Amino acid sequence: MKIDSSLPLEYSTEENRLKIFGFWIFLGAEIVLFATLFTVYFTLHNRTGNGPTGAEIFELTPVLLETFLLLASSFTIGLGVHAMRLGNKKAMMTFFIITLVLGLGFLGIEIDEFVTYVHEGATITTSAFLSSLMTLLGTHGAHVTFGFFWGLAILIQVAKRGLNPQTANKAFIFSLYWHFLDVVWIFIFSFVYLKGLIS
Amino acid sequence: MNKKISLMFLAFGALAILAGCEPLTIFDPKGPNARTLSDTIILSIITMAVILLVVYVLLAFMLTKYRASKASADYEPPHEEGSHLLEITWTVIPIIIVAFLAVVTVKTTSTVETTPEGYDNKEPLVIYASSSNWKWHFSYPEEGIETVNYVNIPTDRPIEFKLYSFGPITSFWIPQLAGQKYAMSDMLTTIHLAADEVGSFMGRNSNFSGRGFAEMEFEAQSMTQADFDEWVTDVKANEKPLTEEKFNELLAAEHVGRSSYSSTHLEFSPAPMEHGDMDMSDDEMDHEQMDHSTDSHKDSESTHSH
Amino acid sequence: MSMEEVFHPMQEPMILAAAISIVVGAVAIVAGLTYFKKWGYFYKNWLSTVDHKKIGIMYIAVALLMLFRGGIDALLMRAQTAVPDNGLLDAQHYNEIFTTHGLLMILFMAMPFVIGLMNVVIPLQIGARDVAFPRLNAISFWLFAAGAGLLNLSFIIGGSPDAGWTAYFPLSGTEFSPTVGNNYYSLALQLSGIGTLMTGVNFITTIIKMRTPGMTLMKMPMFTWSILITNVIIVFAFPVLTVALALMMFDRQFGTKFFAMQDGGMDMLWANLFWVWGHPEVYIVILPAFGIFSEIIATFARKNLYGYKSMVMSMVVISLLSFLVWAHHFYTMGHGVMVNSVFSITTMAIAVPTGVKIFNWLLTMRHGKIQFTTPMLYALGFIPIFTIGGVTGVMLAMASADYQYHNTMFLVAHFHYVLIPGTVFGVLAGYHYWWPKMFGFRLNEKLGKLGFWFIAISFNVTFFPLFILGLDGYARRMYTYSESTGFGPLNMLSFVGALGLAVGFGLIVYNIYYSWKHMPRNEKADVWDGRSLEWATHSPVPEYNFAVVPTVTRLDEFWFAKKEGRDITAGKIEKIHMPNNSGAPFWMSGFFFLAAFFAVFNQWIPAILSMLVVFGFMAYRSFEKDHGRYISVEEINETEKRLRGDK
Repeated sequence: MKIDSSLPLEYSTEENRLKIFGFWIFLGAEIVLFATLFTVYFTLHNRTGNGPTGAEIFELTPVLLETFLLLASSFTIGLGVHAMRLGNKKAMMTFFIITLVLGLGFLGIEIDEFVTYVHEGATITTSAFLSSLMTLLGTHGAHVTFGFFWGLAILIQVAKRGLNPQTANKAFIFSLYWHFLDVVWIFIFSFVYLKGLIS
Repeated sequence: MNKKISLMFLAFGALAILAGCEPLTIFDPKGPNARTLSDTIILSIITMAVILLVVYVLLAFMLTKYRASKASADYEPPHEEGSHLLEITWTVIPIIIVAFLAVVTVKTTSTVETTPEGYDNKEPLVIYASSSNWKWHFSYPEEGIETVNYVNIPTDRPIEFKLYSFGPITSFWIPQLAGQKYAMSDMLTTIHLAADEVGSFMGRNSNFSGRGFAEMEFEAQSMTQADFDEWVTDVKANEKPLTEEKFNELLAAEHVGRSSYSSTHLEFSPAPMEHGDMDMSDDEMDHEQMDHSTDSHKDSESTHSH
Repeated sequence: MSMEEVFHPMQEPMILAAAISIVVGAVAIVAGLTYFKKWGYFYKNWLSTVDHKKIGIMYIAVALLMLFRGGIDALLMRAQTAVPDNGLLDAQHYNEIFTTHGLLMILFMAMPFVIGLMNVVIPLQIGARDVAFPRLNAISFWLFAAGAGLLNLSFIIGGSPDAGWTAYFPLSGTEFSPTVGNNYYSLALQLSGIGTLMTGVNFITTIIKMRTPGMTLMKMPMFTWSILITNVIIVFAFPVLTVALALMMFDRQFGTKFFAMQDGGMDMLWANLFWVWGHPEVYIVILPAFGIFSEIIATFARKNLYGYKSMVMSMVVISLLSFLVWAHHFYTMGHGVMVNSVFSITTMAIAVPTGVKIFNWLLTMRHGKIQFTTPMLYALGFIPIFTIGGVTGVMLAMASADYQYHNTMFLVAHFHYVLIPGTVFGVLAGYHYWWPKMFGFRLNEKLGKLGFWFIAISFNVTFFPLFILGLDGYARRMYTYSESTGFGPLNMLSFVGALGLAVGFGLIVYNIYYSWKHMPRNEKADVWDGRSLEWATHSPVPEYNFAVVPTVTRLDEFWFAKKEGRDITAGKIEKIHMPNNSGAPFWMSGFFFLAAFFAVFNQWIPAILSMLVVFGFMAYRSFEKDHGRYISVEEINETEKRLRGDK
């Protein structure tokens, strides 16, 4: 395997470059996926049937907390990748662990939010609005959950095998995925929660 | 070329059928809107035939002139990059044709979406046509009567069919009078038409809607105003009113024969338009629908339901 | 669900016969493999392969199988409607058959045939040794195969989808379609759809990143261009299908209200989502055919492709427009004149770049030296027949006129006139053209041509009458009609044509057997005197594709090098890095299949357990140390000598 040492570790082999490029394309598909879910939501968000409206169920505090946790995790994973480029395995792992913990915190609040909705009688089957809301949030949440386990697997590999072109490549691609989820959340925060609370 | 001969054979066969037997339903319109569509279709067929002819002549020319069996063994085809002039030609001419057809489309679409020409000065008769399972209900709010699986209309008066469905999406179609339109459960759509002459026309659901779809036909009969009035009086005098119970029975049935009633179901089960529980502001709804092209029917009556 | 319900389709004799034949076929394959002790070979060389050529061949094999499955559906439909008031099939059975016919032909025949050809050819055309992600490629294939298997299973267990291939709500909701048929629909399409999306990612990366030195984008063969654009469409269109199918599944199986008739649901949302994917899908199967025709017409006119740049441009324009026309599938939904007019214009606009392509193909032949080989016959048959499909498409694009064509046989005739000469002729042309590259021997030309003539003529006999029937007011999807309609004679003619088509496709399969028996082996590398790089390596292609990766400086480099007597594959042989085979994609897709199968019947615990195994495979893959392997110089020299020596 040819290693080009003039490039960062995660880009250093042909295979690594292909994987990063391929992952960008995959993210393109993910953007379309979420865009479709947003379109569905915007089409149905006034169709509340006999159920509650967004303004009736949304609560700002947990949502702000979720936003803060996810934004912070996006920042820490950035630091983690930076540490990785400097070859500092320990710092990299620390930042990745913080990222995953923040992600876990996000998931905790989101699950609590869902439980609250259900207690208030707002379930996924109540109305088209709630179906689309919970599918959008749920898809994002499922991505974060998947990301948590994925990140965990990468952390174990870095711990066991150290920073090499393979592990660095995986960690970098994971960071792209994590940033992407953060961007999606910002859209959810602005156009689902804030807009819903205002109207 | 065998294939071309067979193609021509078929085309002539088609023409023979067109000319010999009675005309195809679409080309036998009995009302102004169907006539507009028939004329549009014939115009487009002629335009397209010209394009086909150009392609076929060119293809035949290339295939006869440049076949290997005609060329000498040492003939080496030249390297040709392309020709800007030719490429511009066969881009611009199609653009002109498409532009022409676009104008025709916009014009005819707006024509058939409004009260038929020559009838604009008359008050339209509004008939609600709704589908359930594999049958059609026709409600005449003006006359206060309702029919199942047949509809009578007066000539010399524009008709507005208001369509909706009690189930799967269906498509209301009386090809000799007008083009089709969907009947859906949560919004009302409108077909404008008028019949020029007295006659009986096939009407059907053309959108697949399940097991009984093939038999989901009805008869549309056009009659003089006098005959129509007489029929209305007759129904009002001799038929029972449509009770909610009877109507639910009708809705549940799969196929039924024709029947008539001296009241409409609209009184206890309004059509989507009037029925909507307006728990949201109307303009926001319209805005939403415009945005998502799902049903931007600004100029057709729209609403949501339930 | 009771056992009786699960197996209710079996009560239908024809379905029982189909089920038995599938079981007998499966048993025969298993018995054959066991008897000849080929299990090891089969697993090692096929089930666990990551070689793009073998994966491509498997795609094509499944596509041919599905062509026959979908073809039998078609024959049954034509037989049922051949005479008025026919009782061969009942309404329910007919509905299931036209639904699965559409699904199988588009998603499990046209798509995999196209993907199979791109798998075989693309790495060769761009001078690469494999695709960017060989293992992912195997996953794509096996997920597709799992989806195909699941959909076919529906005919035997539980009942097939019966709401049309478009599955409009509320008809396809549980209220009006209570059997598990449409659960099969959402899950089978989801499985194969994910596979297709992965193919899209894989091939974009491959084409953008792995072209041989010197091959800039504008020096790529036209087929490669068409595949690049196709895969871009896949990546942008398939996630929409993924979402739509998920929502469908939620509505049907979890009681959500997306498309429901109450609680704010919107049935037309499904139609919009479906066609936002569905219309680009048409171009996903058509553009590769355009690419194939471009290659074949240039090869057999013995001239370079006319107007290369405008050919590329027109495909780019078509791909963009393909996302802007979806509402033309439901002009009759009652949009305003404005919306219908806009969609009419974008739709008609597609005719312009398509016309550019037709004229470029015609002009490619001018001053050429046309050879009428089987692949060329398909390409030449395509032009006149497809043009009919194209011009009727423009007619349908006119919103007002569409009020009369919509939901009629005119529409059915139109899209068959587009998809059969376009896609089917395209893949058949490619199949005959690249067959020697795949297997090292040719298909018999006489049988190939006979097959072509049967198909081309019978096609017109089958579908031209449908235009006329449509104009006479014959709505599509009716399982029968009464004699008074007068639709009988033309339907009978159409049935006769369908029989002819069956003979034509039968000839194509017989040709495989005949050619395998009788055609000379060790065909030379460049059978057709081709122009692009796939002809520069041996037939069949060694696993590493090129011993020395060719360098190019222009389009059709191979063609010019031949004339100048250069060998573009000459150079020093070095050891070659190749990916390892793996059975994981096969097994992982197997568990994906199980998960989907249990989900169809709402058996959530086994479904979740199966999904956990799938995630287990993903974790295993993450931890696996897989650096591939090297083929030594000696081994390459030996292979090269063997492949060259016999010529």
